[in-house]
Amino acid sequence: MKLETLDVGGVPVEIRTEGSGPPLLYLHAEQYVEQAEPYLEALAKRWTVIAPRHPGYGATPVPADFRSVDDLAYLYLDLLDRLGHEHVVLVGASFGGWIALEMCVRNHARMSKLVLVSSVGVKFSGREERDFADLFYLPDIEAFPLLFADPKRYAPDYASMSAAQLEGLARERQMLAHYGWRPYLHNPGLKRWLHRVDLPTLVLWGEADGFARPAYGRSLASALPAAQFTLVPEAGHYPEIEQPDAVIRAIDAFIAK
Amino acid sequence: MKVWHFSELAYHPAWQELGPQLRNVVPSRLCDPRVAADLYHRYLDEWVLCDELGLNIMVNEHHATATCIDSVCTIPMAILARETKKARLLCLGMPIGNRFDAVRVAEEYSMLDVISRGRVEMGFVKGAPFEVTPANSNPADLMARFWEAHDLILKAMTTHDGPFNWEGRFYHYRQVNVWPRPYQQPHPPVWLTVNSPESAQVGGERGYVIGSLNTGYVRTPGIYAAYRKGAASQGRQVTPDRFAYMAMVGVGATPEEGYRRANHILDYSRTALRVGAQFAFPPGYQSAAATAQALRWPGYGSGVAMRTMQLRNGRQVDVTAATVDEFIDAGICFAGTPDMVFEQIKAFHDHVGGFGHLLMMGQGGHLTHEDTVDNLTLFSREVLPRLGDLGLSARAAAE
Repeated sequence: MKLETLDVGGVPVEIRTEGSGPPLLYLHAEQYVEQAEPYLEALAKRWTVIAPRHPGYGATPVPADFRSVDDLAYLYLDLLDRLGHEHVVLVGASFGGWIALEMCVRNHARMSKLVLVSSVGVKFSGREERDFADLFYLPDIEAFPLLFADPKRYAPDYASMSAAQLEGLARERQMLAHYGWRPYLHNPGLKRWLHRVDLPTLVLWGEADGFARPAYGRSLASALPAAQFTLVPEAGHYPEIEQPDAVIRAIDAFIAK
Repeated sequence: MKVWHFSELAYHPAWQELGPQLRNVVPSRLCDPRVAADLYHRYLDEWVLCDELGLNIMVNEHHATATCIDSVCTIPMAILARETKKARLLCLGMPIGNRFDAVRVAEEYSMLDVISRGRVEMGFVKGAPFEVTPANSNPADLMARFWEAHDLILKAMTTHDGPFNWEGRFYHYRQVNVWPRPYQQPHPPVWLTVNSPESAQVGGERGYVIGSLNTGYVRTPGIYAAYRKGAASQGRQVTPDRFAYMAMVGVGATPEEGYRRANHILDYSRTALRVGAQFAFPPGYQSAAATAQALRWPGYGSGVAMRTMQLRNGRQVDVTAATVDEFIDAGICFAGTPDMVFEQIKAFHDHVGGFGHLLMMGQGGHLTHEDTVDNLTLFSREVLPRLGDLGLSARAAAE
C-alpha cells in the first residue's frame, strides 16, 4: 500500500494506492471512512485501487473556495488526467457516488464502467418529500437502524473510540454538512443531465437501507442510460462495511460481463 | 451600571405536556393562539413598565420552541420603539448568519433606530446551535456567513452616497441603498454574544460590547480576560461598558419571596437545555474537539445532551434539577432581599473585574405578571440606585 499526498492543480490530495491489476478509482462515502478499509484491501486483490481522501476528511484541509460537489468532481477529473489512466472503473459509495455522477455527466472519457453503491445526489421526489432521511434531525438511536442492517455490530461505538477517531467522525459530519446541507444531499440540476452518464453502470443497494431506500436506487438506475440494479442482502446504507465480499462479488460479475 | 430587563416570552402552558424536548420537534397544536396573545400583551406591558422604572429593555429570538415565542425579534422592538420614550432597546439579538437577506436586517435596524429616535443597541449573534435546524442554516460555514453579513450590514447602514455593489460568498446585491439611514451616527452600538474565550477575543479586537449569558463564576473571568487581550492587541482601552452579564434576578421583601421568584424564573434555565443532542451539536457548529467530547457523553446516542453547570468548587450539577442556592453559587442567579441581591451582584462584579451592563432576566418560566411587576419595581427602587457606584469604582480601578 502506498500513501502519498499529490498536488492536483494546487490542491493537496491524500491518496492511498494499493494492489495490482486494472485501475479502479474509489470515492469514499460521507462518513465511517475508516470502517471501509477492509473492503478496500479486499478490492486490491484484483485491482489497482486508487482511493483519494476528499479534502477536509483526512489530514488535508478543504480549500477555501471548494463550495460544492462540482469542485470535487473537477478535482478528481484533474487527478485522472494527471495519473493518465485509461479504462478506469469508477466506484462511488453514497456521497462518493454523487461525486462520480457529477464527474460522468461532465466527462467519462477515461472511465470504462461505473459502480454506484447507495449513491445520493439526485432528487426524484416532490418538494414535500425527502429522498434521504434527515441525518441532522435524527438522534443516533434512530439514525443507526436506518444506516445499518445490523447496527449493534457495525454502528460506531463512541465509548470505545479514541479522541482522534471521534474528532475524525466530527470532521466527517462537518464536511457532509459543508457539501450537503442545502440543498440536502443533491444537486437540483443533476437529474436533467443523467443521460450523459452513458457508460455501463451497476447500481448496488443495501436491501435494508432506510436512509436512501432501495426504491430511490431503482429510480436512479432507471434514470441512467445503461444501468442495472442489484440488491445486497443484509446490508444497510454502507454495504461495503456490512457485506464487503458480496459487494466485491457483484462488482466482479458486472465487470466480467 | 445599566440594567436591562429581559424575558424569553416563554409559552410555559405547553411545558407540562412535553417530554424531554422543548425545541424543534414540538408541534404547534400545543400552542393556543388566544393564550399566546394574552402572553404577548402581558410580556410587552412588563417591558413598557421598564420605561417608568429606569430600566432598559432587551429582546431576543428563538424558533420552533415552547421556551420562547419571540420568533421575530424586530416585532417587539418595533412595538417598544413606539410605546416607550426613554429606555434603550437592545436586541441580542439578530442571528445574522441564519438570515439570508442581510440588507433587510440593515433596513430593519435602521428603521427601528429612527422610530425610537436613536435608542437601538444592535446585537449580532451566532445563534444557539439548535437554531440552524429551523433556519436550515448550514452550521459548517455559519461563522463565515456571520462575518460577511456583519460587514455588509454595517456598510449598508453607513453608506450614504447611493447604491453600492456586493458580490460576496454568501450575499449578492448589485444595488445596495438602505433607507432610512440610522438615527445614531455612524450606526447604533454593536453587541455580540460570546460563550468562549475565543469569541470574546474577537469582540475585544473589534471593540464591541460583549454579552456573556449565564457564563457563571468559573468561566466568566477567562472570557473577560480574553476580551481585554483582544482589545490590547488593537491598542484599545477597555471600559466596563464593553462587558454585559446576564443572570436571573429574583428580588423580594423577604429572602423567601426573592427565592420564590428566582425559582420560577429559573424554570427557564431548567428547560432551555431540554433539546436533542443532535440539535445541540450540529456538524461544524463547534470545533471537532468539542464535538468529539460531546460524543463521549453517555446520553448522546439516545439524543440527551449534556446539561450541567459548574459550581464555584468545580462540581458539576444537573441544570434541569438545580436549586436556587446552586444557581446563586454558579453565578447564574442573584436572589433574595434587595440587600442580598446587591451583595451578590457586587461579589460577582468584583470577581470578574467589573461589567457595565446587567442583563437581568426579571421574568422567566412561570413567574406571574404580578410577581414580575413587583420584582422589577423593587429592583429598580432598592437595587438599581446602588449599582451606579459599582461601575464607577471599577472604572477608577481600571484607570
